[in-house]
Amino acid sequence: MEIYLYQGLIGLTYSMYLWLLAAGLSIAFGVLGILNFSHGALFMIGAYLAFTFYGMLGLNFWLAVLLSALSVALLGAVLERFFLRHIYTLDLPFQLLLTFGFVLIFDDLVKMAWGGMFMIPPMPPFLTGSVPLFGRPFPIYNLFILFVGVAVAVGIWLLFDRTWWGRKVRAAAWNREMGSMLGLNVPRLYMVVFMFAAGLAALGGALSIPMRPVTPGLGTAMIIQAFIVAVIGGLGNLRGAFVGAIVVGMLTVYSTMLFPLFELFLPYVVMAAVLLLRPQGLLGGR
Amino acid sequence: MAIPHNLLRGGVILLLLALAVAPFWAGNFGIYLIMQVMLLSLFALGFNLLLGYTGLLSFGQAGFFAVGAYVAALILLEVPSLLLGIVGGVLAAGLVALILGYLSVRLTEIYFTMLTLSFGMMIFSIVTRWRAVTGGDDGLTGVPRASLELPFLSIDLSALSSYYYFVLVVTILAVWLMHRIVNSPFGLTLQAVRDSAVRAGFVGLPIRRYRLWSFVIAGLYAGLAGALLAPMERTITPIYSHWIYSSEPVLASLIGGIYAFAGPIVGSVLFIGIKEVVVRSTEYWMLVMGIIVIALVLGFRGGVLGRFQAQQKGD
Repeated sequence: MEIYLYQGLIGLTYSMYLWLLAAGLSIAFGVLGILNFSHGALFMIGAYLAFTFYGMLGLNFWLAVLLSALSVALLGAVLERFFLRHIYTLDLPFQLLLTFGFVLIFDDLVKMAWGGMFMIPPMPPFLTGSVPLFGRPFPIYNLFILFVGVAVAVGIWLLFDRTWWGRKVRAAAWNREMGSMLGLNVPRLYMVVFMFAAGLAALGGALSIPMRPVTPGLGTAMIIQAFIVAVIGGLGNLRGAFVGAIVVGMLTVYSTMLFPLFELFLPYVVMAAVLLLRPQGLLGGR
Repeated sequence: MAIPHNLLRGGVILLLLALAVAPFWAGNFGIYLIMQVMLLSLFALGFNLLLGYTGLLSFGQAGFFAVGAYVAALILLEVPSLLLGIVGGVLAAGLVALILGYLSVRLTEIYFTMLTLSFGMMIFSIVTRWRAVTGGDDGLTGVPRASLELPFLSIDLSALSSYYYFVLVVTILAVWLMHRIVNSPFGLTLQAVRDSAVRAGFVGLPIRRYRLWSFVIAGLYAGLAGALLAPMERTITPIYSHWIYSSEPVLASLIGGIYAFAGPIVGSVLFIGIKEVVVRSTEYWMLVMGIIVIALVLGFRGGVLGRFQAQQKGD
């Protein structure tokens, strides 16, 4: 029995990564109405930058994570200002394709800058080690990720639900024209929201470096996970993304343990089932 | 700006003549590239029946491509009959498309795209994990280029140049058939559904059924491309079922122009051509492709052929 509880905690850790990944995707879709195919690539760039700052330049771990998130947020500003801003009124296929173009470019740029090999940087010393939980050693880093995931969830909720800025964003997301009419600088607001979403992706990527190898294929692997999570929770629904992350994390851990043959298959089944039975997602209201 | 009809006809005839003698001027690598273009054209033509003519963006077409390729390969590894392998692969892909399409056409827009993505990846999961049948990550190897058995006639196709002619004939027939389809009442109805599903519904058209048939035809064409690929490459691996591979017909159609019949074909030529040229000087061909895609979306949404065709956008 204890092994199930222990695996559940491992699954929750994975869920928190998925949450950090899908949160930004969901925010961008919910506010800007753009499903960003390159969100996984931003996660990957975040991982590579953190690896460079921390693993190669030897900066402080926190500083490395912060710098990587800020850099990718800046990259997000460029993407929004020069590209996304021109496609808000286009049909969905073109929006998706534009961001798919970013995927192609970022994948190759990453290969150019860092090469094709994969690398694992050292774990920050104060987060190494483990504590006994359910009779097994549980890595402290996992506890740290659990904490970060919940902290980010609370932070985002406070930001969007309890601040004046969040209220403005919600107004602009609800009705762009009306928002402009009321004097909101909607283009600027959209840009900052996209920066925030990009920075979140990079934060997830940066925090993942002590746990998983950094490779050029990371982006394409992560975006599909992000899609599964966001769809299950309801596209554009933040609370849904949190629930979706927990569903997929648990499903992955327990199916790997119980029926490893179907571990790859099952998340897609759940994704398809949600789309067919409840396209607005488990928590979707619209 | 429209191209005069007889000029177009003359161009097509010249192209066919050039293709007919390709083994004499292109060499083995050349005809291998031309075959890649032809297969991608078939794949993309089917895909664009869904996107350009029906208004549905599928990101799971690689799934049907892989069903065609794997079933054809499995048949050919057992029975050395090319026709049986190809027909089996195409029919299997059509059947899978019928089942998944029945579910997929309940949704539209982004939800349709996400659903096709998940179906495609389910096929990928099966292909990678069902080792006993598909060979897992290693795939299937040693697929024979079996002879074409016709009544009173058996044609040996083991040489690449002989197989080239088989692919050429099949491609010409399939392109001609697709041209008939999009210009038939069925094809025009699809465009009506694309431009305004609500109005088409009011006229009494069974929208979902039209979308389903469009989906099945797209699946059949993807399956045909996959089935033809198996004996050409002689090796089939799971990458052909991955969503990354689904993006190839998307890019080809976009580059050529999704609102023109020949768009996917022209796009396939450019896609394979650009890749080939870029790869010669740098390994970073995706970078170039990405820049092209972004430029197309921002500036030339009609693709290369969009310049020549008036196009209307629905609501």
